[in-house]
Amino acid sequence: RIHVEQVKLLDRFSTSNKSLTGTLYLTATHLLFIDSHQKETWILHHHIASVEKLALTTSGCPLVIQCKNFRIVHFIVPRERDCHDIYNSLLQLSKQAKYEDLYAFSYNPKQNDSERLQGWQVIDLAEEYKRMGVPNSHWQLSDANREYKICETYPRELYVPQIASKPIIVGSSKFRSKGRFPVLSYYHQDKEAAICRCSQPLSGFSARCLEDEHLLQAISKANPVNRYMYVMDTRPKLNAMANRAAGKGYENEDNYSNIRFQFVGIENIHVMRSSLQKLLEVSGTKGLSVNDFYSGLESSGWLRHIKAVMDAAIFLAKAIMVENASVLVHCSDGWDRTSQVCSLGSLLLDSYYRTIKGFMLVLSGGVRCGHLDGDPKEVSPVFTQFLECVWHLTEQFPQAFEFNEEFLLQIHEHIHSCQFGNFLGNCQKEREELKLKEKTYSLWPFLLEDQKKYINPLYSFKSQRFTVLEPNTVSFNFKFWRNMYHQFDRTLHPRQSVFNIIMNMNEQNKQLQKDIQDLESKIKQRKNKQTDGVLTKELLHSVCPESPTLKTSLRFKEQTLLPVNDALRTIEGSSPADNRYSEYAEEFSKPEPAVVSLEYGVARMTC
Amino acid sequence: MEFSELIRTGRAQAQLLRGPEAPPLRGTLCVTGHHLLLSPGPQSTPDLWLLLLRSVDSIEKRVAGDSGTITLRCKDLRVLQLEIEGVEATLDIARSIEALSSLESVITSFPFFYRPKGLRLGDSWHFLPPERYYKRVARETDAWRLSEVNEDFGLCPSYPRAVIVPRAVDDDVLARSARFRQGGRFPVLSYSHAPSGTVLLRSSQPLTGPQKRRCAEDEELLRAVLAGARPGARGFILDTRSAQAAKQARMTGGGTEAKAAYPGWKRLHRPLERGRPLQESFVRLVEACGDPEQSMDRWLSRLEGCRWLAHVKEALSTACLAAQAMEREGACILVHGAEGTDSTLLVTSLAQLILDPMSRTIAGFQELIEREWIQAGHPFQLRCAHSAFSQARPKHEAPTFLLFLDCVWQLGRQFPLSLEFGEGLLLALFEHAYASPFGTFLCNSEKERCLCEVRTRTHSLWSGLNQPKEQRKLRNPLYVLNPLAIWPSVEPQSLRLWQGLFLRWTHPPEPAEVAWEKVWQIVTGREETEGSQPTASA
Repeated sequence: RIHVEQVKLLDRFSTSNKSLTGTLYLTATHLLFIDSHQKETWILHHHIASVEKLALTTSGCPLVIQCKNFRIVHFIVPRERDCHDIYNSLLQLSKQAKYEDLYAFSYNPKQNDSERLQGWQVIDLAEEYKRMGVPNSHWQLSDANREYKICETYPRELYVPQIASKPIIVGSSKFRSKGRFPVLSYYHQDKEAAICRCSQPLSGFSARCLEDEHLLQAISKANPVNRYMYVMDTRPKLNAMANRAAGKGYENEDNYSNIRFQFVGIENIHVMRSSLQKLLEVSGTKGLSVNDFYSGLESSGWLRHIKAVMDAAIFLAKAIMVENASVLVHCSDGWDRTSQVCSLGSLLLDSYYRTIKGFMLVLSGGVRCGHLDGDPKEVSPVFTQFLECVWHLTEQFPQAFEFNEEFLLQIHEHIHSCQFGNFLGNCQKEREELKLKEKTYSLWPFLLEDQKKYINPLYSFKSQRFTVLEPNTVSFNFKFWRNMYHQFDRTLHPRQSVFNIIMNMNEQNKQLQKDIQDLESKIKQRKNKQTDGVLTKELLHSVCPESPTLKTSLRFKEQTLLPVNDALRTIEGSSPADNRYSEYAEEFSKPEPAVVSLEYGVARMTC
Repeated sequence: MEFSELIRTGRAQAQLLRGPEAPPLRGTLCVTGHHLLLSPGPQSTPDLWLLLLRSVDSIEKRVAGDSGTITLRCKDLRVLQLEIEGVEATLDIARSIEALSSLESVITSFPFFYRPKGLRLGDSWHFLPPERYYKRVARETDAWRLSEVNEDFGLCPSYPRAVIVPRAVDDDVLARSARFRQGGRFPVLSYSHAPSGTVLLRSSQPLTGPQKRRCAEDEELLRAVLAGARPGARGFILDTRSAQAAKQARMTGGGTEAKAAYPGWKRLHRPLERGRPLQESFVRLVEACGDPEQSMDRWLSRLEGCRWLAHVKEALSTACLAAQAMEREGACILVHGAEGTDSTLLVTSLAQLILDPMSRTIAGFQELIEREWIQAGHPFQLRCAHSAFSQARPKHEAPTFLLFLDCVWQLGRQFPLSLEFGEGLLLALFEHAYASPFGTFLCNSEKERCLCEVRTRTHSLWSGLNQPKEQRKLRNPLYVLNPLAIWPSVEPQSLRLWQGLFLRWTHPPEPAEVAWEKVWQIVTGREETEGSQPTASA
C-alpha cells in the first residue's frame, strides 16, 4: 500500500499543461487518485496495459499509464523515489501470475451463494438451442466430447448432424487443427440452414480424410433445401496457402462433394493488434491536425479491417437468406475470426440477438467455443473489433437494437476488468477447473439490474422482429468510434446527450399515461360513490391541488436543464477552458513576444 | 428579353433517372423559361416533376443511335439523368438548358416571377435587421447609435443603409474612416455581448499601403469602442490572414493596423482559407463523395486530401477564440481579413452562435443570416454562381456560406439540444443560397437589391420557410433553451463529415430518418401505445 501526496494529473489533450493536484493511493486492486475537489479516479490494476516512466522534469517524475479500456493517465510525482515505488508496484500488481489472484476471485458484491448461482443461470445456453429449434430431425446433441476427450477447447455439449456417427466425428477431429471438428453454431429455423464452425483442416498439399469429407456431406445433407454448402475460410488466401507448407491449409473443393469454397480475407490477430496500436497512437497525439488524423486513420488500416469483418458477416447472412445454403466457417484455429464472423452473422439474421439478453448469449457463446480473449495479459483487439462492428450496425440501424452504446462500452470495460467470471478462462474445461461459477460472479445480472441505463429509446421491437439487417458497407459508412477510444477524454464528447433526453421524455410519457389512468379510475370511483350534482365540484377540489400531471411536467422542465442521468458524459455549456482553442487565449495575457508560433504548427499568431 | 429565343425545342419524350433509390419517371419533357418539366403520361401518377433551371450546375450530353442522354449535375449536389428520344431533341434541349441556366440578369430570374399561393409580396421583408438589432443593443447600453450615414450607399456600397457605430463618433469621422478602409467598410458593430459588456466589430483591411499611412478618425473610432465598453476593456484585432499575407497586402494598398496607432488594441493573425482554394476543397470533397465503390483507404485519403474538415476546424476554432476573448478576457474584438465580406462574416456569425442564445432560435438564426451575411454584404451572387460540379474555372466562387452552415451543423451535433433548428433548415439554406425561387439570396449587396427592387418584387425565403407546413422539417424537436455559451470541441476526433449534405443523394440514410420520426413522436407524446416496453418483450 502506497500513498503519495501532491501528485499532479495532467490533461491528456491540453497543450498548456493544465493539471489537477491530489493524492495517489495504491490498494490491492485499484489505483486511486483523489484531486483537490475530492473527485475520485479509480483505475483497476487489471485494466493497466502499460506503465511508463518518462525522463525527470523540473516539476517531478512523469508516469504514464495506459489502460485496456483506452484510458490514458499522465501523473507527475514530485519525488523520483515515490515514482519509482509506484512504478514497481504497478508493474507487479498489473501482472497477476495466477488466475486465483484475479480480482474476480476476491470481488464480493454481497450476494449469497444462491443469488450467485441464480446470476449464472440468467443466460442458459441449453435453452438457447431449444429456441433455435434443435435438436430436430436433422441435428442432434452429441455426447462425443462429454469428457473433453475429442477436443479440449470445445464445450461438452455439441450439436452435429443427425447422420454423423461418433467414428466420423472422431475421424474428422483428427484431421482438424486442435481437434476442432465442424459443429453447429447457429441454426436458422425457417430456412433450415446452419452456420457451423471448425478449425482449418490438416490437409497440407494433398492429405485427405474420408471422415471429414463425410461430416461435411452430413452437414450439407442436413439442409433439405439447398444441398450445396459454403465453406468460408476467413483468412486471406495467401495466409491459408502458407499454412499448407506446415501441413495445415484449406479444403480442396475436388475432394468434397457439394461444397463451394470461399476466402474472405480478414487479417490475423497480430495484424489487428498492431493496427489498433497505430490507431491509438494517432488518436492520442497531442495537438492533432485534421489531416494527420485522417492520414493516420488510413494508415492504421483499422476501419478497413472493420469493413472486412462486416463484409464477411454479410456474406454469411446472404448465403443463408438468399441461397438458403448452410455455411461452415473457419480460420486457422477457429476462434478469433471464426467467432467474430459467426456471431456477427447471427446478429444480422436473428433479431433476438439484438436484444439485451440475446446479446449476452452471443457473447457467452463466443467464449463457450473457446475464444482466446481470456488471457488477461494480452490486449486482444478481437472483442473490441466485434463490439465496434456492432456499434457500426447500431449507427446504421438506430431502431434495430434494444441496447445503446453505453451497454457496449460497459461490456468492453468488463472484458478487461477481470471483475466478473464471464470472460475468464479460455474454454469450458478451463472454466470448470477454475470453478468460476462457485468462486466468481456473473456480470449479466448486474447489467440487467441497471438495464434502464442501457436501453435504446428508439428501439422498435415490432418493426424489427423479423428483419434481417442488410448493412451497406460503402466506405463512407465507417467512422472513427470516438466514444470508445476517447471514452475518458470528456472534452472531445458532445456536450449534450440525445439519448438521455429521449429516455427521460419516454419515461415522462409513460408516467403521464399512468397519471391519466389513475385519474380516470379515480373519476370512476367517485362516480360510483357520489351523486351527479356534487361530483364536478368535488372532483375539481380533490384533484387539482395535487395534480400529478402538473408535477411531472414541472419536474421535466428542471431536468432538461441539468446534466441528466449520466453526469460523466454530459456537460452542458461546459467551459472553453476545456478546449484546445483556449490555449490561444492564454497567449493574450502574455507580455508581448514578437511572433508566437504554437506547438501545432497551424496556428501562428503575432502580437 | 424573350426566353423563347433561347428555347430551341418545345418538348420531347424522355425518361428521368434519379439515382438508385427513386424510381425512374417517364413522360413528356418540356423546357420553359425557368424550369425543366416532366409530365408523366395520363396513366401514371399525376405528379409533375419540376426542376429550377437555375439549379443546374453542369450539363453533359451524349448521343447514341436515335436517342440521347443528358446528365444534369445540380447545385444542391444531386445528379440526374435524362434519356431522351431523338438526337435533335436531345441536342436542342441540352442547348436550351445550357443557355437558360447560366442567365446572368437578375431581374429576369425566377424569383421575379414566382407567385406562390398563400404568400403575399412584401411579407417578412419588413424586418430591417440593423434597425431591429439596434433596438436590442440600445436596451443594454447607450454607447452605440444607429447611423444613417450610408443612406444612399455612397460611403460603402456593400453596407446596408443603417449601421451601428459608437455614439461618441459623428458621421464625419465615419466618412473619413470609410475612406481608409477597403471598399469603405469602416468598423461597425456586429454583436454586443451584454453579459461581459464587450462587443464584436467587423470591417475590411485598412488602406495603409507601403507608406504605412494612418487615419486619425479610424483610430478615434476604435478608441471610442474601447471607451464605450466595460471599463478597462482591451481590444483584439483578429486578422483572418497570416501575418505575412497581411504584410504583403501593403504592396497593393491594403495592410493592417499598426500597433503604435491603436493603443489598447492587439493584433492576432488566424489565417483562414478563402477564395479558390476553398472552392477547390469543396469540389474535391464532392468528387470523393461521388464514388461509392472506392476502398476504405482511398476514401480516407481523399477525405484528408480535400482538407474540407481542416477548414471547418479552423473556422470554428477562430470563432471560438473570438468568443472566448469576449466572454473570458472581457475584450472587444474587431475581425477583418482583406475585403471583410467572407471569412470575416464567417467568424463574426459563428462567434455569435456560440455566445448568444437568441441567435440559436429559428427566428434569431434567420435574423443572424439576414444581418451578418445578406445585409453585411456577402456577395452571394458571385460566390454561389456555381457549385461543385461546374467545369468553368472558378472566378469569384467560394463556398464560404456553406462552410458556415457546416460549422453550424457541427455545433448542432455537439449540442443537440441547444439549437432550435435542425439539419433541415441548414440544408434548405444551402439549396436556396445557390438557386432559389425566393429573392433573399439574390444580388451581392443591399445596394444592388435596392436597384433591382428585390424587396418589393420577390418573395422572401423567410416567409416561405416560416409557413406552418414547413416547420416539422426545420425544427429540432429536442430544443431546450440553453442560456449558456456553447463551446464546441474542435479536435479532429470530434468533427465529422456532414453526411446529410455531402452524401445526401448518393446515400440516403433511411433508417436514420425513421428513427428521427420516432424522436418526434416521443417528444410530441403522440406515440401510439404499441406494446412499447422493449424490456418486457425481450
